[in-house]
Amino acid sequence: MNVMERCCDKCTHSTSTPCPDFVTCRVSGPLCHKDEDCKRRILRSVEESLYGTAGFRVTVGTSTCGLASGAQPVYDTLKTTLEEMFPEAKLVRTGCMGSCYAEVIVELDRKGYSQAVYNKVAPENVRPILKSYLSGSVKGAYALRTRKGNMLEEKNIPLIDDLPFFKYQKRDAIRNCGVIDPKSIEEYIISGGYSALTKVLKGMTPEEVIEEVSKSGLRGRGGAGFPTGLKLKLCRQVKGDLKYMICNADEGDPGAFMNRLTAEGDPHKVLEGLIISAYAIGAREGIIFVRAEKPLMAEQLSHAINEAKRYGLLGENILGSGFNLDVRPMLSAGAFVCGEETAMMAAIEGRRAMPRPRPPFPATKGLWELPTTINNVETLAHIPTIIVEGAEKYSKMGTLKSTGTKVYCLAGKVERTGAAEVPIGTTIRQLIFDIGGGIPNGKTFKAVQIGGPSGGCLPEDSLDLPLDYESLQEAGAIMGSGGIIVLDEDTCIVDLARYFLNFTTAESCGKCTPCRVGLKAMLEVVERITQGEGRPEDLQTLQKLSNVVTDSSLCALGRTAPNPILSTIRYFKTEYEAHISGDMCPAHSCKHFIKGYEVDQLLCRGCEICTKECPANAINLSMATGAKSANKAQINKDLCIKCGRCKTSCPFGAVKEVW
Amino acid sequence: MRLFRCLYQGVSVISEVDYEQRAKVGILYENFREHDPPQSALIPFLQDVQSEFGYLPKATIEEVSKLLQVSTSHVYGVATFYHQFRLRPKGRYLVTVCRGTACHVKGSENINEIIRRELGIEPESDTSQNGLFTVQQVRCVGACSLAPVMKIGEEFYGGLTPVKVRRILSSYRHKKVDP
Repeated sequence: MNVMERCCDKCTHSTSTPCPDFVTCRVSGPLCHKDEDCKRRILRSVEESLYGTAGFRVTVGTSTCGLASGAQPVYDTLKTTLEEMFPEAKLVRTGCMGSCYAEVIVELDRKGYSQAVYNKVAPENVRPILKSYLSGSVKGAYALRTRKGNMLEEKNIPLIDDLPFFKYQKRDAIRNCGVIDPKSIEEYIISGGYSALTKVLKGMTPEEVIEEVSKSGLRGRGGAGFPTGLKLKLCRQVKGDLKYMICNADEGDPGAFMNRLTAEGDPHKVLEGLIISAYAIGAREGIIFVRAEKPLMAEQLSHAINEAKRYGLLGENILGSGFNLDVRPMLSAGAFVCGEETAMMAAIEGRRAMPRPRPPFPATKGLWELPTTINNVETLAHIPTIIVEGAEKYSKMGTLKSTGTKVYCLAGKVERTGAAEVPIGTTIRQLIFDIGGGIPNGKTFKAVQIGGPSGGCLPEDSLDLPLDYESLQEAGAIMGSGGIIVLDEDTCIVDLARYFLNFTTAESCGKCTPCRVGLKAMLEVVERITQGEGRPEDLQTLQKLSNVVTDSSLCALGRTAPNPILSTIRYFKTEYEAHISGDMCPAHSCKHFIKGYEVDQLLCRGCEICTKECPANAINLSMATGAKSANKAQINKDLCIKCGRCKTSCPFGAVKEVW
Repeated sequence: MRLFRCLYQGVSVISEVDYEQRAKVGILYENFREHDPPQSALIPFLQDVQSEFGYLPKATIEEVSKLLQVSTSHVYGVATFYHQFRLRPKGRYLVTVCRGTACHVKGSENINEIIRRELGIEPESDTSQNGLFTVQQVRCVGACSLAPVMKIGEEFYGGLTPVKVRRILSSYRHKKVDP
């Protein structure tokens, strides 16, 4: 029997005659009648859907980061090897645990054995790992999820919750990611899913739901941090039959991927949050606006919608409550400005995504001029927990003004890249050094960029700053969606500022002049500086332009676009000055400041690749001074045009810049 | 038939290719007939058209505008606004270079240059002369932890170095194509 099937004829549930206890009954039923046989059957179906018929579950992380690290060949090898070694095993594709640095991750879980997690698995390791695990040893495992005490080598392997990456985390929104099969509604229900929806539809009024969310102190995780409860309340108060509930899954912030990770690993949780929010505001239609650039995320969300429809968790008279909701996905064609809610609604209506002035706010006049609420993926994923565990428990995490947990994405020059969920208020230092493991390759920390193109760069002094909405804003950055890019000594701050301005200039929708023209003017100045043509008055010009753009742009894109410039000038003025008056790039990154190239005579093997690559014929082979045999490349400084092709083409890393 | 085509176009006689493209758009339209108002189907409709042809040929833009009862300039405006839409044909392999922040600090600008040079793509163009590769840059594919990243077709490649990029590209260059 499948978990979603009826236990016997006494069960009257169907999509046309829905039972309010349908979800609870699937896992701990039967509830409407007493029958030991039925109870046994249900328990067995739960067991079998997780472990298969022989009690052995094998999971592979196959979300985008897993696939990019080569999870598909590992999955294929596991499939063929298991068919031969353990045909009854249940092989499952899961999402990502957030520890992207350790991909490809394979987890083995046999009944009665310790649950073992293996990292960086390649197809050729699959057979030895399986063999050793099935013979009772966890040798070579990265960590253990549970320790049974009956396996070999167990003492040498740490528990996963003791690993530094996981130790400091408090996982809520991404709790199921990397654990359950995102394509399986059964696994979501077994893990406690849709029980919040059941609780809401069985005995809570929309006002009670809003009250609970308000009490939890949850704030929008998309960037601005608007109180979610208040947002729902404002839309609830507007009269009208037709309202829209939109989930913003159009993650466009470069460096942030928590929405992708959440929706790829646990799409039903997002959907459950969406259904509860729609119930709270009284919406009958829902839209999930998801980025086409992230196809797996779109696929998982669409699949979840179809599954929920199939079992009556979406559609008419959901769980016999009389509440109707239809949800459809819409693929976004890609524009950063869609993060602005009025622009996103324009895109859904089939127009160019250009924001309009507010008020009227979407709560009163949104999509097709009807009341609309828009929430971010991560915000929605918190709602089921708040309903089930209560607002009080949730509000105890985090700080007074910003409660709960937040998923941060760690990337850039950091040892352990990935996504970590911690209580809001955790310091930047804890996140980068305790969880992320610090800077790789013995380099030193220089700065951290928080909040993407609307955020700012913070220096080493700010490492003990707590990550919450207010503290970050005060320091000149913003929470944004929570992307944290770590920079080391090799990153040029001016170049990074140029990169962000380039981004916002290209993404400016063009509607209002300060943003369209102002950002372009700023970009020209910064480009000039990185090309060694900076003028002494440039910093002042940049500050002046920043103030104009911030004060007079129509939407948040323009208003926050100067943040990367302002924060870098505030904290790294000397680096700008070095570019302008010192004729040098201290980080050795801006190519214009390269004085020339030279060949390391010890590393050069005389392969002649660079001599062929050089467009100026500036490289010749000649006997180096002191060399005994082979000819070595020599660069003629008079002919060299400093294009750098010799450096990128050298297979031995023998060509180096002279700064 | 000729007369029909003349009527179809209104005044001028249109080419064989145009005619076929328009007919295909007409078939795709079946999925969007129910949309109310018709304009709201514009972006999904253009996405379907693009996945059929690989880009948005001129004739299809005109046809979409006719079917959804919006002006051609509106359709063109939308098609040029969003990153996903292309107005030029693309090569057999679409190389997508991620230009997200994490990729940027790990040298994606350099990677992009190497790819373009390696494939011999002219500065003004985005497709190699043999029509095999089209290179495009995207904002962020969300695989920041494996930066720098590129995609060829639907395959992801992470932790790129100049050497790795050359090896991957040459494996595609010599790939046998299914007939």
